Amino acid sequence: MLELHDVTKRYGERLALDHVSFTVGDGRLTGFVGGNGAGKTTTMRIILGVLASDEGTVTLGGEVLTTADRRRFGYMPEERGLYPKMRVLEQTVYLARLHGWSAAAAHRNALELLERLGLGERTNDTIESLSLGNQQRAQIAAALVHRPEVLVLDEPFSGLDPMAVETVQGVLSDAAASGAPVLFSSHQLDIVERLCDDLVIIAGGRIAAAGSRDSLRADHGSDRWELLTSGDLGWLRQQPGIRVADFDGGWAVFEAESDAARQAALAAAVARGDVISFSREHTTLAQIFTEVVQ
Amino acid sequence: MTLDTNASRTNGRADDRSTPGFVETVRLISGREITMRMRSKAFLISTGVLMLAVLASVVLGSIFGSQSELPKVAVVAGATDVVEGNPALEAVPAADQDVAEQMLRDGDGDVEAIVAPAASEPLGIVVLGLESTPNDVVSALSVSPTVELLEPAAVDPMLAYFVAFGFGIVFFMSALTFGTTIAQSVVEEKQTRVVEILLSTVSARALLTGKVIGNSVLAFGQILAIAVLALLGLMLTGQRVLLGGLGPSVVWFIVFFAIGFVMLAALFAATAALVSRAEDIGTVTTPVTMLVMIPYFLVIFFNDNPTVLAIMSYVPFSAPVGMPMRVFLGTAEWWEPFVSLALLLATAALAVVIGERIYRSSLLKTGARVPWGEALKG
Repeated sequence: MLELHDVTKRYGERLALDHVSFTVGDGRLTGFVGGNGAGKTTTMRIILGVLASDEGTVTLGGEVLTTADRRRFGYMPEERGLYPKMRVLEQTVYLARLHGWSAAAAHRNALELLERLGLGERTNDTIESLSLGNQQRAQIAAALVHRPEVLVLDEPFSGLDPMAVETVQGVLSDAAASGAPVLFSSHQLDIVERLCDDLVIIAGGRIAAAGSRDSLRADHGSDRWELLTSGDLGWLRQQPGIRVADFDGGWAVFEAESDAARQAALAAAVARGDVISFSREHTTLAQIFTEVVQ
Repeated sequence: MTLDTNASRTNGRADDRSTPGFVETVRLISGREITMRMRSKAFLISTGVLMLAVLASVVLGSIFGSQSELPKVAVVAGATDVVEGNPALEAVPAADQDVAEQMLRDGDGDVEAIVAPAASEPLGIVVLGLESTPNDVVSALSVSPTVELLEPAAVDPMLAYFVAFGFGIVFFMSALTFGTTIAQSVVEEKQTRVVEILLSTVSARALLTGKVIGNSVLAFGQILAIAVLALLGLMLTGQRVLLGGLGPSVVWFIVFFAIGFVMLAALFAATAALVSRAEDIGTVTTPVTMLVMIPYFLVIFFNDNPTVLAIMSYVPFSAPVGMPMRVFLGTAEWWEPFVSLALLLATAALAVVIGERIYRSSLLKTGARVPWGEALKG
């Protein structure tokens, strides 16, 4: 379990992170969302030890992180980059060896991973000669070649083509399934929503909300109901205890004063004809995000 | 796709994975520097050109050197007694004056002049030239007074100049070439952002040390290759080297160069870390480049000025050139190189500490040039 305790960082006068605390559980895919300049990259850099925090600690399994621990982290920085003139395989092997793998094992890992990422034919090409999509795949290889036990990925989906997005999603899910804590940031809230077990929302250097996706939904979700019938729902406005928020022919979104009023409305709809669906309105992450950040 | 990120815990063998120490990490980093440099066409071509230049100067030296053979003269019968026995001339016998004149006109046997008997002359001979007075032949046949110098120069000034030039250019070229290489390598990592991945794995100190060591190995390799090539060339073309006189100063030069180079390399790396684009390297490293160039020009212009040389031999930036020069000239006491070396060592250590500080605090600051104050503060 990766934990941040009151991590604070100042850039001169500006307070970039203000007592940031959250947890990335073992085997939990944790999404890290926030606007531009909210402090996501700074937080991740501090976790990786690339930046030093002014206050606070980062622990793994209760122990304060050391350089040796961090060598077992997989990190994809927001600013992508590899050595342009090095060959794909050579570069991947080099990074694995810096992480402590023996030459033979590094070579084996790298070949296997590049093959899986669809770069098997490109192992002897230099990075600069690859297409942009393949450069991104090489970047993924660089983050994973040393078989990390904790993954921290800054915007892993930005600039990826749909196939690569699919690959990265698979990688993240597999890593979490094997018990590794996985933290990734993204602006693509739909991906985060689909993928994440837990969410951390940061705004202006402070944690605005954190917890499991379902508990956040329960806390910030609406009390509105969505009804779809084959007939016209004009009568719903006259139904006691019901306030219609949105309406279009056989479709309506409404708020109910009480459970009884809601039940009565549904019974009335069933009595009038064919009910296609009735459900609590789906709260999107975007809605929660907007609510929490404001 | 399945990716077993947990493999190291479940089936990774202990010998496949370890936590590499500082030395092992530095070895990997310096190894990469060397491999990539050896693959660079620019590096190979410039090394090749440098080698060719050294070889050419050795071969040309031997060609010009061989011209200083004894002047040949055609000796007409009757003057043989005068010329034979003369150690400064090589006699080519000619039957009579007509034959000798023909030899001179045709350039047969490379004769420069004719020595013919002339009973009316005080010396009993006459010297005939073709277009101009053959001075070397005349002086060989003249009687010169004995010359004694009251304060003879220990070293031939011409030789001193060449040695100064040699130390100067080797230091200047190597320091500049490999200093610039380090600067480029630092900025390349910043510009391509790969530095963030590196720093999440290894310390800035290991990264800097690896770069300095990798490039130092290359610099020494190049100097060694040049030295071997020059000595081989001199031996093969049959030229004699003043190794006895040059030996101690060359050893000192190597020692001073090694430490001086580490100092300059740290400064090059630190200043380069301030910028994020390759185009800005030139501007930002200018002060360090100056520190390399000034000793070069000083030693060329002032190699006959003991005061300037004495100062140079103690200032850490010029000591690698100045002190070996004074050792060669024999103007340094035995303890002086050691004092200067201690001074250089202290300065180099300081440069490495400050350099590492600037390097570490500037690596992740991309965009505009990092101000000195901010870089030093860390």
